[in-house]
Amino acid sequence: MLDTLTFKIKRQNNAESSPYWENFVIQYIPNSNVISCLMDIQTNPVNSKGEKVAPVVWQSNCLEEVCGSCTMVINGKVHQACSALIDKLEKPIILEPMSKFPVIRDLIVDRSRMFDALKKVQAWVSADGYHDLGPGDSQSQSVQEVAYKLSECMTCGCCVEACPQYTKDNNFLGAAAINQARLFNIHQKGNDITEQRLDTLMQEGGISDCGNAQNCVEVCPKSIPLTESIAEIGRQVSGKLWRNIFKA
Amino acid sequence: MSKQRVIVVGGGLAGLAATMKVAELGMSVLLISFLPVKRSHSVCAQGGINGAVNIKGEGDSPEIHFYDTVKGGDFLANQPLCKDMCHQAPYIINLMDRLGVNFNRTPEGNLDFRRFGGTLYHRTAFAGATTGQQLLYALDEQVRHYEVQGLVEKMELHEYLGAVLNNEGRCVGAVINSLRTGEIITVKGDAVILATGGPGLVYGRSTNSTVCTGTAVTSAYLQGAKYGNGEFIQIHPSAIPGRDKLRLMSESARGEGGRVWVPRKAGDSRKAKDIPDKERFYFLEERYPLYGNLVPRDVGAREIYDICVNEGLGVKGEMKVYLDLTHHTQEFLDRRLGGILETYEKFTGVDPRNEPMEIFPAVHYSMGGIWTDYTPTVDGLIDYQSPSNQMTNIKGLYAAGEADYQYHGGNRLGANSLLSCIYTGLMMSPGVINYVNNLPETAEDIPQKTFDDTCRQWQEKFSNIKKMNGSENPYSLHRELAEQMITNVLIVRQNNKLETTLDKINEFESRWKNIACLDTSDWSNPVPSFINQLWNMIHLSKVITKGALMRDEFRGSHYKPEFDLEQPDDFQPDTYVEFEKQKANGGLNESAFDKQHLAYMKRYAANNEKWLKTTIAEYKNGTTGLEGGPEISFEDVDTSLISPRPRKYN
Repeated sequence: MLDTLTFKIKRQNNAESSPYWENFVIQYIPNSNVISCLMDIQTNPVNSKGEKVAPVVWQSNCLEEVCGSCTMVINGKVHQACSALIDKLEKPIILEPMSKFPVIRDLIVDRSRMFDALKKVQAWVSADGYHDLGPGDSQSQSVQEVAYKLSECMTCGCCVEACPQYTKDNNFLGAAAINQARLFNIHQKGNDITEQRLDTLMQEGGISDCGNAQNCVEVCPKSIPLTESIAEIGRQVSGKLWRNIFKA
Repeated sequence: MSKQRVIVVGGGLAGLAATMKVAELGMSVLLISFLPVKRSHSVCAQGGINGAVNIKGEGDSPEIHFYDTVKGGDFLANQPLCKDMCHQAPYIINLMDRLGVNFNRTPEGNLDFRRFGGTLYHRTAFAGATTGQQLLYALDEQVRHYEVQGLVEKMELHEYLGAVLNNEGRCVGAVINSLRTGEIITVKGDAVILATGGPGLVYGRSTNSTVCTGTAVTSAYLQGAKYGNGEFIQIHPSAIPGRDKLRLMSESARGEGGRVWVPRKAGDSRKAKDIPDKERFYFLEERYPLYGNLVPRDVGAREIYDICVNEGLGVKGEMKVYLDLTHHTQEFLDRRLGGILETYEKFTGVDPRNEPMEIFPAVHYSMGGIWTDYTPTVDGLIDYQSPSNQMTNIKGLYAAGEADYQYHGGNRLGANSLLSCIYTGLMMSPGVINYVNNLPETAEDIPQKTFDDTCRQWQEKFSNIKKMNGSENPYSLHRELAEQMITNVLIVRQNNKLETTLDKINEFESRWKNIACLDTSDWSNPVPSFINQLWNMIHLSKVITKGALMRDEFRGSHYKPEFDLEQPDDFQPDTYVEFEKQKANGGLNESAFDKQHLAYMKRYAANNEKWLKTTIAEYKNGTTGLEGGPEISFEDVDTSLISPRPRKYN
């Protein structure tokens, strides 16, 4: 039985400063996860050298892996910290911020690029209004099951963190946004602007930036079939290209 | 475009529904949120949203939904609001369907519905077991669309600190704290809507997310807003224990046939699967043959408490019972409950498809919240054009969603919260716009000094917090506060314990002043903000505890055994309706009633006379010795549509 746990945490004071590593040794308590250990460090912020330091900061909210906030790199693998159970992790436990986004401080990064991508692919249904317009269209169980799976994406960033094509200095939209484009192209009203979504995905940063490494689908915490979504959007884009050729 | 705008604080279902509706009606919105709105606590809601669409042909109707809601809340909710909400529910479900929510479907392709607690009808529409997440995403997408069109501006990663009031006490803006830069600024708005959710963190670990400190609503209370029914805190019967959080196990697990049981023999050490059926005590099914495992949450939580504490039958001697789904096929479970079963497996390492889950009750929802107003129509519905709807007693300051107190009375029915959040956001918006359009001067016309002075006060407050250099650790102090609340202000409440808890909280308030600010930097530093939140949590816990102390009765989630009216086992609620009718007609024929029943009905009537009232807490300086505390008064409840009667579920 372990008595203590060692955490090696990559820290950074702000966006401009250099990162540094700091170790923390805390008491082992059964049924812990990375978040409960970070809470212990926050309550008693003393590093392994016995120095009082500023508490480590991170972002979290739901703690049940549905909000996507607490994504970080744990022992080299991107994951939500809340569902990273201590008993299943190799020790010492190494925590780093995600590498594909600007670091704000310690384990907090700025993922606004992902939300901007949702704007670019116009991931919404255009509604006539929010008053009573009767029921929506009926939908078969099989279509619902496909769409539901796609709609579980919580914009956590695991897929793009693992993607070799998604870098800080390019403008690839990434698997999450491509998956959302597929979701709304399936929807009976959302598909009104399918062509506009495909236009966006044909441009730089779109579908052709995917290098087919298939890392995204491996790391998705919701097991969303991201590579299928990319392939499907690829087919829709090819179809549109052919249509454009024949039009011309 | 008008230069007036509405500030919405909070990006959960209520805040996003209000944002999109106000924007649809053509007015600009500034949306302020602690986190990116897509990460709001509404994502945690699992089981579904209620609406009497009657797709199963059971004869369900909005009126029955209304009755179930009012009865579930033990008659403490203002009825016109509940009625209007239940009548709007089918349309809200249709709207969310149109906006792209992937609700589960019947084989024919219609929306599917399941059962939930406190009703006998299939009334709950659901998207797997992540309904809250799916509804939130649909609203998030609509708001993003308005953001692109320029009608909505978002300020995410900003925390609401307080309202800016003009010299007449009218709300004209908000003070906000950037969680990134630590900068405190004011923003101008002609109306401010607080849709900031519940206060679960007052109890430390709960089913709530980490942002649910109740700090925004407490700030409103400290500024003079009335707080209603604070003592009504819902304890959810089924949660999964955890060190950082008590994760919810949705009521839908029982809605889909999950059975709650304990071994009949105390301390039975056998594995759950090795205990034969006849040695299992399905206590909810035995005690409540009609509703079974789907009794309302207050009843369920109390029964689990009774089984574990009074009967000593908790699993392995602990405060835990089994929730069993293993009689269903894997395919059925994956289709209808996939998300929550994955969560259980992920966090406990046990597959609930093969082993019964171990669950226990946890703090889940606050029926209480900021007091808000409404304007009924002659039909007992709501006049949507009225600027009073959802307005607090501070002019121009509104509240919606879990932050307000109006819809759930003494106990909320499962799957009514998603409904009440979306409903309030949509319902209030025309009235808010009418309010703004009829103001004598816009927020822009208010002298800048009003904003600068308020801003400076908050900047000073935070700079003082950063200078705090005492010996108390804010996070440890929070744990102590939570421990008190969990021990003494939970399922079973006793006056002597509530009194000592109030003393303890006052002690925490003194100790708060001796806190050390563990991090004094400006950049992305959550510590000063947490210290301020802790101050607010201390004050909110006083509201909850004092309300509980004052209310000497047993109603809904507020259980004081000392004041249990002891309903006779064979009593039927209809008897009470007859009793009231006779009384009203001036001819009560006492001999027509069973003696015990009559005595009980008299006790019930006398109790309602005294306690069927909304608790109102108002912050008063110096009332509890220290800086100040709640002064409690009581306000009548509108019970004009359904006459109050005893609840019964067996």
